[in-house]
Amino acid sequence: MKFGVIQFPGSCDERDALHAASLVGDAVLLWHRSHDLQGVDAVIVPGGFSYGDYLRAGALARFSPLMEEVERFARVGGPVLGICNGFQVLCESGLLPGALLPNTSLRFVCRQVALDVVDATTKWTGACARGDRLSMPAKHQTGRYWAPDPVLDELEANDQVVLRYATGNGFNGSARDIAGVSNHAGNVVGLMPHPEHAVDPLTGSADGLRLFESAALIAAAYPADLLGK
Amino acid sequence: MRARVLIRPKAGILDPQGQAVERALPALGFAGVRNVHIGRLVELDVEDPAQLPAMCEQLLANPLVEDYQIQRPDADHPDQSAGPDDSAEVTR
Repeated sequence: MKFGVIQFPGSCDERDALHAASLVGDAVLLWHRSHDLQGVDAVIVPGGFSYGDYLRAGALARFSPLMEEVERFARVGGPVLGICNGFQVLCESGLLPGALLPNTSLRFVCRQVALDVVDATTKWTGACARGDRLSMPAKHQTGRYWAPDPVLDELEANDQVVLRYATGNGFNGSARDIAGVSNHAGNVVGLMPHPEHAVDPLTGSADGLRLFESAALIAAAYPADLLGK
Repeated sequence: MRARVLIRPKAGILDPQGQAVERALPALGFAGVRNVHIGRLVELDVEDPAQLPAMCEQLLANPLVEDYQIQRPDADHPDQSAGPDDSAEVTR
């Protein structure tokens, strides 16, 4: 199992993502100007402030050459995880539905949150069970998930709401307490909280590992599923 | 051709920045202020203004959550030859 973590100018969580992925497989850093995914089995778009959040958070990163490859990879079913700014990038690039707006408080908030697993069938939550509660930090100012009501209804009907803030844990004003969503196929997942910062009990929780383990599980069980390999 | 694109949150989407400013103005003694919304202004010179809507749809605005308005300050100048489609303002 080989994970690739993309680094944009302004990324800041790529090292933690690399470390987290390396706990369950091999992991390489992929520079955003490259056109080569280096044969990875899964792609992680990490958190940070790609392109300084110029124009809108995530709006410019999607024009990086490597993102073309990521879109191709995602279309053939390759597992892609967007964390925080990575979630914003995937929404802006159209790989995930909806948009992330400024927190209703207009404040940058950093806190440990409890998340409920709503869909355990995606490539990034297969190692969880529906109803599992995961603890991990969230840290952002632009994390209010929004989509028009008919789209939200459709996401719920299609099991594309992957994670919700547990009751009392929502802080950013997200529609229906949504913390993470997937594409229709379930191979592309985005979430605002940070699984890569929750991989060791020493720092409060190792629950974040479950997402990385999920991708590894899928890769081990259905290697032919990945990338048409 | 000089153009100006005004981008604002779509109606109905919570605009906490606008709300914060709306609450701050009365604190300074400015009464009777309502419906404050805060957006962005993009000014640009373009060779082909017909491309502006596509630029807005694909990059300058996020059409899911933002409305945009294209203004061309020069287009209504009497010396400018303005075709039937050269309206000075395009709103979406």
